[in-house]
Amino acid sequence: MKSYDVIIVGGGPAGLAAAIAAKKEGIDSILIIERDNQLGGILNQCIHNGFGLHTFKEELTGPEYAARFIDQAAELNIEYKLHTMVCDISKEKVVMVMNREEGMVLYQAKAVVLAMGCRERPRGALNIPGYRPAGIYSAGTAQRLVNMEGFMPGKKVVILGSGDIGLIMARRMTFEGAEVQVVAEVMPYSGGLKRNIVQCLDDYGIPLKLSHTVIDIEGKDRLTGVVIAEVGPDRKPIPGTEVHYDCYPLLLSCGMLPENELSKQAQVELSPITSGPIVDESLETNIEGVFACGNVLHVHDLVDYVSEEAGIAGKNAALYVKERYGKDSVKSEDVIKINAVQGARYTVPSSIHLENMADMLTVRFRVGAVFKNSYISVYFNDERVQHRKKQVMAPGEMEQIILKKKALEEFEGLETITVKIEEE
Amino acid sequence: MYDIIVIGAGVTGTCTAREFSKYQVNMCVIDKGDDVASGTSKANSGIIHAGYDCTPGSLMAKLNVRGNELMYQLSEELDFPTKMNGSLIVCTVEAERGKLDQLLAQGEANGVPGCRIVEKEELLAMEPNLTPNAVAALYAPTGGIICPFNLAIAMGENAAVNGCEFKFETEVQDIVKKDGYFEIVTNKGTFETKAVVNAAGVYADKMHNMVSEKKMKIVARKGEYLLMDKELGNYFSATVFPLPGKMGKGVLTAPTIHGNLFVGPSATDIEDKEGVNTTQEIIDDLVNKASNSHLTKDRLPMNKVITSFAGLRAHEENHEFIVEEVADAPGFFDAAGIESPGLSSSPAIAEMIVGLIEDKHNFPKNENFIATRKGITHMEDLTIEEKNEMIKKDPRYGAIVCRCEMVTEGELVDAINRPLGARSLDGLKRRTRQGMGRCQAGFCTPRAMEILSRELGIPMTEITKKGEGSNMLVGKIKED
Repeated sequence: MKSYDVIIVGGGPAGLAAAIAAKKEGIDSILIIERDNQLGGILNQCIHNGFGLHTFKEELTGPEYAARFIDQAAELNIEYKLHTMVCDISKEKVVMVMNREEGMVLYQAKAVVLAMGCRERPRGALNIPGYRPAGIYSAGTAQRLVNMEGFMPGKKVVILGSGDIGLIMARRMTFEGAEVQVVAEVMPYSGGLKRNIVQCLDDYGIPLKLSHTVIDIEGKDRLTGVVIAEVGPDRKPIPGTEVHYDCYPLLLSCGMLPENELSKQAQVELSPITSGPIVDESLETNIEGVFACGNVLHVHDLVDYVSEEAGIAGKNAALYVKERYGKDSVKSEDVIKINAVQGARYTVPSSIHLENMADMLTVRFRVGAVFKNSYISVYFNDERVQHRKKQVMAPGEMEQIILKKKALEEFEGLETITVKIEEE
Repeated sequence: MYDIIVIGAGVTGTCTAREFSKYQVNMCVIDKGDDVASGTSKANSGIIHAGYDCTPGSLMAKLNVRGNELMYQLSEELDFPTKMNGSLIVCTVEAERGKLDQLLAQGEANGVPGCRIVEKEELLAMEPNLTPNAVAALYAPTGGIICPFNLAIAMGENAAVNGCEFKFETEVQDIVKKDGYFEIVTNKGTFETKAVVNAAGVYADKMHNMVSEKKMKIVARKGEYLLMDKELGNYFSATVFPLPGKMGKGVLTAPTIHGNLFVGPSATDIEDKEGVNTTQEIIDDLVNKASNSHLTKDRLPMNKVITSFAGLRAHEENHEFIVEEVADAPGFFDAAGIESPGLSSSPAIAEMIVGLIEDKHNFPKNENFIATRKGITHMEDLTIEEKNEMIKKDPRYGAIVCRCEMVTEGELVDAINRPLGARSLDGLKRRTRQGMGRCQAGFCTPRAMEILSRELGIPMTEITKKGEGSNMLVGKIKED
């Protein structure tokens, strides 16, 4: 069986950044496995701009942003395989792949980085009643058809869900001459970034109806229309508020789900909240030598943060191979737990081995509702150590805190770190 | 002039066509859909019923038990998947235990092999995830599960190979009795035939009433379902039913042949024979049942629902199969009122219809009849060595198109190019499971469209979801 030091599952922004970081940490034997016919992942269909503001201090399109990393990977001679599917990963890190040329092949990895990304929540998972005609697309499928294949799904659009891809597609379809009639969002707040609401809806006069959802889908063969109604606080439709829209197509942008079927095969433990692996400060999962980053770990808003996080995972995978692989020096049992409570839904990472922590650690999380003029508070045991005011926090925008290793070391008897949202 | 026209390409029609192709007949199956199994046969529970719940002495009882026996044999001959996983009819209220004895007696009267009452302890050992409220159950070991569309696909393909013609998107508008033959008037022209088999599902009354004064009424009885992720596929090993009620077998929780779990069906009589829409009310009710441990130990996690769908039962008011020659229209044979256990009975219904017609016509045997058929090779079912062999022969079997169900390009190409092949996305989906997984075709739709376009030699804009009038795209971008 051929072996590699680090095998990276997925050649999107997370996989590329992880590979580059592992290489820079001195690992030569790296393999990226990508199922599509090019590297770059979903960025290849994201032809709008706004990528890279944090990383490169300039605005790039998705393919341009991806190209920066693809070029770097090429300069570093990082090996990759395209149109190759990972079929299985065992907890012993045997990776089974399949492609046209070689058939089924097994590789032994010393470390694995999971970077498979996420998928969109389909109509079925939303329990929207009605018929099942042609013309209901997830926003990402429509994006691929329009941006990569050059086809129009239709010109009289309704969008359900205010996730970022849906917002981006509202603008994109408008550019292509479609009439985007409405974006309906079942929650009382948007699922996407504020900047996308302004730049993709407001600028084009597309109404965003919060607390509204699709309650019926019409058309037996081809979609002819939908009925949208307002929902109450229980998210149930309010009788009498129904409005009919003739439409084709209906685009869905109702959230993303990390794709962790392979992680499960490797017996990686998942968080019920993020649906992604539970990781420590090194972004290492419960399976030693298996790391996770990007949207497979938790769904991000900005690719810049994916790249940054993946760099950490890649570096730690390399360090694992160099320092811990094949040795008994397992991580210490001393773990500082990070709890998310009171408005904070989860944190990534959710635990820290102090001896492995970098000088600074970014902990990312999402809030569970909209908070105005509230504080992000961090407690070491029962003592509040950080208290930062934010005008608005919403579930659609990821938040973060920064922990300094020195502060953790200096706090005697530190067992738990708690992140919560406080009014004052 | 045809010897036989079969109206309807569902499981009844295709089984009948396949059975008739054992004889030298000039036969055609017509259907208004774009594929086999595009009506009632495509959306049901996918169960091979054992036959314990039919009224003893009824035609339904006889054909169900015979159909059950034939189904497992045919599954070998024609390579479509079935599994004899057994059925459990669970009683959860001590006071209703008597109903189990009644079902057992019925099963014995109907000749259902191996039925017995299973007491709580054994029952929970068989199905550890069953509700602890279970008191006892009837166990019917010959109950099974099946892929309903692959039954119709296999039967249709084999009939086609043996010379049967198929005309799709052909809707019957009128049937005219002539002297010793019939004229079938359709949107695609008029066809003459000596005999007609009416296997039109929910429209069987419409067909029948065109030729007979003795009117028939078929009511569409809608059943809605929730389909759950494969993660829950092993939750139960048997098909788990509640005690039956007035409207049918009740809402069950059962594994599918493909390894999902479903909750359903509901039962509502509706006017619209095309009304396969799901409704908020019923979805809520099913969610309620599933999440309140209707038959299960746990609340089923509703975030594992991958889709919901509805199908229509062709309900006849006496709840009995009508399989006979119409008295005032000799040569016109009904296979009507084929509701549950219609799927299970379909091979037996076919056997009976063919017997009735053959008695009159004495068609000579088809000496060249090919009895077996090889289905599409599903890579996912093969060993690593077998997969490698397939990929070496045809590299397209190494290219995954549908990542959730692990379906390869090779399988899609085979599904399109074999006899009676797929013509639409739904046709592909039903033959290969591409797009049926947890992402519900989010990722693979564009790729499947490209493959259809390439193999059929038609532009992307002509690709449909399910035939005429269901085009996926309106045109290219930058076009008006």
